[in-house]
Amino acid sequence: MNGWLLQLNNRIRALLPGKGLIVGAPWFWLALFFVLPFLFVLKISLAEPQLAQPPYQDWIREIEDGLITIKLNFGNYAMLWEDELYRDALWGSFEIAAISTFFCLLIGYPMAYAIALAPTHWRMPLLMLVILPFWTSFLIRVYAWIGILKNNGLLNHFLMSIGLIDQPLEILHTPTAVYIGVVYSYLPFLVLPLYATLVRLDNTLLEAAADLGARPWKQFLTITLPQSVPGILAGSMLVFIPVMGEFVIPDLLGGPDTLMIGKLMWTEFFSNKDWPLASALASVLLVVLIIPFVLMRHYEQKAAEELK
Amino acid sequence: MTQIRPASSEQPWAAPEEEPIVRIDKVTKTFGSTYAVDEISLNIHRGEFFSLLGASGCGKTTLLRMLGGFETPTSGRIYIDGQDVTDVPPYLRPINMMFQSYALFPHMNVAQNIAFGLKQERMPSALIRERVAEVMALVQIEKLATRKPHQLSGGQRQRVALARALAKQPKILLLDEPLGALDKKLREHTQFELVNIQERLGITFIIVTHDQEEAMTMSSRIALMHDGRIEQVDAPRRMYEFPATRYAASFIGSVNLFNGHVVSHENDMVLIHSEEAGSDLLVHHSQPLNPGMEVTVAIRPEKIAVRDHHGDDPNSIHGIIQEIAYLGDVSIYHVELPSGKRVQFTQSNVLALAEQPLTWGQEVALNWNAYSCGVLTQ
Repeated sequence: MNGWLLQLNNRIRALLPGKGLIVGAPWFWLALFFVLPFLFVLKISLAEPQLAQPPYQDWIREIEDGLITIKLNFGNYAMLWEDELYRDALWGSFEIAAISTFFCLLIGYPMAYAIALAPTHWRMPLLMLVILPFWTSFLIRVYAWIGILKNNGLLNHFLMSIGLIDQPLEILHTPTAVYIGVVYSYLPFLVLPLYATLVRLDNTLLEAAADLGARPWKQFLTITLPQSVPGILAGSMLVFIPVMGEFVIPDLLGGPDTLMIGKLMWTEFFSNKDWPLASALASVLLVVLIIPFVLMRHYEQKAAEELK
Repeated sequence: MTQIRPASSEQPWAAPEEEPIVRIDKVTKTFGSTYAVDEISLNIHRGEFFSLLGASGCGKTTLLRMLGGFETPTSGRIYIDGQDVTDVPPYLRPINMMFQSYALFPHMNVAQNIAFGLKQERMPSALIRERVAEVMALVQIEKLATRKPHQLSGGQRQRVALARALAKQPKILLLDEPLGALDKKLREHTQFELVNIQERLGITFIIVTHDQEEAMTMSSRIALMHDGRIEQVDAPRRMYEFPATRYAASFIGSVNLFNGHVVSHENDMVLIHSEEAGSDLLVHHSQPLNPGMEVTVAIRPEKIAVRDHHGDDPNSIHGIIQEIAYLGDVSIYHVELPSGKRVQFTQSNVLALAEQPLTWGQEVALNWNAYSCGVLTQ
């Protein structure tokens, strides 16, 4: 083909929608179901609450023909900053999310590693066991923990029957119960990406480390662990981010002193009917959560380049 | 085939009183019901450049991995420097290995990769830096110290892998297809370099390769493996000139094989009658052979000469040229004998513009010297 013909052909191809559609689909999805709703939330967060339906005043209003007033209310954000309750709730959520993520890692890493090291025909059944709890409703599983943890529940019955304790342990409606519930519920989210990373690790790297004098424990610390950082990060984010906004578990298993931002949001939205304040809270939470996510993406990309 | 190693280099394997650095004693390795390595015994001596040569699946890599400690023999023992290491884990063996895939740690830079083994020894960091710089200079990668493996070319990775394996100054270096991933030009260059490094350091190199030319070029000795067993262990030259078995003769270089039976054996000269050759064959051979025994005569293509007339003396054959392959330096001629047997011979193309004296369909008479061929009984 002649040079200019080839060029023309390329131009026409560039105009065809096929490639753009494929690349654009996720962006479209993101815009429709994330950016747009978030803009609504952002808009509400700048409004003033009122006792009406909907329970806030729109800040763009047409008073007379052609006269539009815009009245922005930053008071909600100011309140989030000033009132200690919200800062404490944010901190409380952070604490629970961070500690839960840590425990998930502590339990989930050996699980994921064991599955990755298992013979090939064992891996799928073992993974199925990890995913199996998802087949039951999340809510029912959290309710089940009430039955296990309450004062005359299964756990206390068992511990007293074997004579380990003679007074029932107060677990339900304490932070401990929340931790148990969170770690239990979110463990699979950490195990799966971690497994995916660990199963891909090149076994000859461990052989090379052994060859160079590293004992098994040293091989793990110097090769397996650093190589699995992308999986650790991905899994941790999948636990940390939703736990930050978790509402059901602290509501069902936690006590009145369990302060989490998700629970607070619920209260503001449905009990206090203060939509603007709740929206401001949601917006702040999102910004707080996006920072670690962006950092992780950056790191992942770097790691992926190295593995090539 | 060029040989880098001077022919006069010492031959430690010829001194049986010296304790070999590696002694493999009746080692067998089975995977399920297949014998990857089948009762192999082998001695490798200090300072050797030893090649395990064979087609894929012959067990050479399994044998190497057992030396490294990555596989445990099903039976038999392995001694290194007189010590039984059969059950010693890899991290306690005075051996280092260069892996076929290089196995560079992707999350460490070049210097960290090379320092890894030294750190395991808890060597002081000043000494580590010194040693790392030393081996990087040895393989000429000083400028790559801070690069990550994914930023290196194939040839550079190969050098880093070599430097990392040499850094601990092992008694023995195992190399699994060390040049396999390099292109032809780089491979030839690196062959020379490997031999130079080995001679400078005096470390025993044991290398696995499927490339006979590579093995011939670099090794002090070659063990040719086939089906989990060793066919022959010899210096490259002897391996080529005096193959012990039919397999060895045909695996290394090209060879013409004539089946026949022994007529007589006198004064180290065997007279063999071969229907295939259409001639009696006379071969120099010192081991006793009984008349009537079925044997094979092996003759290399380059040792066959063209003569102007066909004679009745032994080692004289004639036939018609069927095919000619012009390779530049030499031409290979395929000749069909009256028996239907095909024979190859080569001629150097000495003159650039000479008219080809030999052409398709031409009848040629060929013969060779009784000292240039060999008798194979296996």
